[in-house]
Amino acid sequence: MNPRTADACITFEDLTVGYGSHAAVHHLTGQVPRGALLAVVGPNGSGKSTLIKCITGLLAPMSGTCHIAARTSLAYLPQQSELDCSFPARVVDLVALGLWRKRGLLGRHRAEDRGAVADALRAVGLDGFGRRPIDSLSGGQLQRALFARLLVQDADLILLDEPFNAIDEKTIRDLIGLILHWHGEGRTVVVVVHDLDLVRAHFPQALLLARRPIAWGPSAEVVTPQNMQRARQFQEAWDDDAPWCEPSPAPAGDVA
Amino acid sequence: MVDWVVAPFLEFAFMQRALAGALLLSLSACPVGVFLMLRRMSLTGDAMSHAILPGAAAGFLLYGLEIVPMTIGGLIAGAIVALGAGAVARLTVQREDASMAAFYLVSLAIGVVMVSLRGSSVDLMHVLFGTVLALNDDALWLIGLVAAVTLATTVLLWRALVGECLDPLFLRSVSGLGGVVHFVFLGLVVLNLVAGFQALGTLLSVGLMILPGAAARFWVNDAVAMCVASVGIGIVSSLGGLLLSYHASLPSGPAIILSAGVVYLVSLLAGPRGVLRPALPRRHHRTA
Repeated sequence: MNPRTADACITFEDLTVGYGSHAAVHHLTGQVPRGALLAVVGPNGSGKSTLIKCITGLLAPMSGTCHIAARTSLAYLPQQSELDCSFPARVVDLVALGLWRKRGLLGRHRAEDRGAVADALRAVGLDGFGRRPIDSLSGGQLQRALFARLLVQDADLILLDEPFNAIDEKTIRDLIGLILHWHGEGRTVVVVVHDLDLVRAHFPQALLLARRPIAWGPSAEVVTPQNMQRARQFQEAWDDDAPWCEPSPAPAGDVA
Repeated sequence: MVDWVVAPFLEFAFMQRALAGALLLSLSACPVGVFLMLRRMSLTGDAMSHAILPGAAAGFLLYGLEIVPMTIGGLIAGAIVALGAGAVARLTVQREDASMAAFYLVSLAIGVVMVSLRGSSVDLMHVLFGTVLALNDDALWLIGLVAAVTLATTVLLWRALVGECLDPLFLRSVSGLGGVVHFVFLGLVVLNLVAGFQALGTLLSVGLMILPGAAARFWVNDAVAMCVASVGIGIVSSLGGLLLSYHASLPSGPAIILSAGVVYLVSLLAGPRGVLRPALPRRHHRTA
């Protein structure tokens, strides 16, 4: 194991993250190479969203480190967006929020920016939806609009937390197409996914979490019945009497 | 008719001053009220109007009915309550509605006790209900200054204000402005309430902030248009209220708020997004 190699985008070193004194991700070590397309899988409550929040910096590690390569811009689509759909905004206004890092608070949105927003809407299949109020969108259309915002953000590292929940098959196919396109452009993409068929079909790498890392490597070797069985056996509930974790050599979870 | 509308303002300087004050206040407070409504904080505006009372009362007790000390006192009291309630909401499990209620109730009680320590109930009425017909130069300058600061801040922070309302988690993930913009906005609320209480009193200055914005929601579905519409409604209400007060000998502050209430009611019934429109039978619909 050689932490922080030159081509690592994210490096976890003995990372433990959680809430209060309870660990949700336990002693994770490994790295996500630049340009990787990684699926994070595992049962409910296994720490997938917590790990993503830690990578974005919204949640601080309890111990260990989560290091992101210098000069990496980051885009994040949370599982539960705090988007207020009753706000009187049009679809273009929502997508144009993605220009924030480029234009900031006061930078004027130029013709090229409006072009980028229009291109993004076309790429997600929402051509002609720009002037619609956001409260008129269906769930799938809203998810497409949020993907358009990710496109506009033009980030090196893209984190998606369960982007395919309650979305129909055609939309999933289109969104997978966008993710593969990002992968082709050399961006690093980390996606929390529940559908294991999708993982086997489209994601080269997978990380199976069950609070501690169960397996990490090529999807075909990670998503196996044996591994899934092991993952299901983990203890989801918090135990206030759980023994304190003593310092010990971290189980190496990386194959990447 | 023209005489009925124009004559009072041509004839009396105090009416001109009252009109100038009310128009400036509409220009400033109404857009703030639109964002209060969009952030579901309309009642926070009401709570803040109570919260500034002890500060204004302290200024009143120490210096009498003087605009500058009462304003500074109101600003300090408002800032303490806004920052205190905001900090409790951000640092503990308690939501801002509960912490705000706790802070403003204590503040209001302190204010009433302070006013009752000295002076008659007439003084209390003055602080609570204001006198738009007795605006002096100091008060007009203050309202003008507040209007300028409010408009400039709103324009500069527009993108962050919209971002904080529309998708606060996203704003936090791309910028550190989320928390800042929240407190700057609460500051604008306090500033406008303080500017308004000389004219309309602490209880009614919130009315000119909230009612036009709430009414505008029934007409348009765009943040900029809503701000413009709310200012228009505020101006019409001010004008109507002052005329009502002049001709019917009603207290001017409540008359302005009542006019705004009438506009709200009409908007609620007749606006394109109001209650009557969906009830009307639609003869045509599009295929897609």
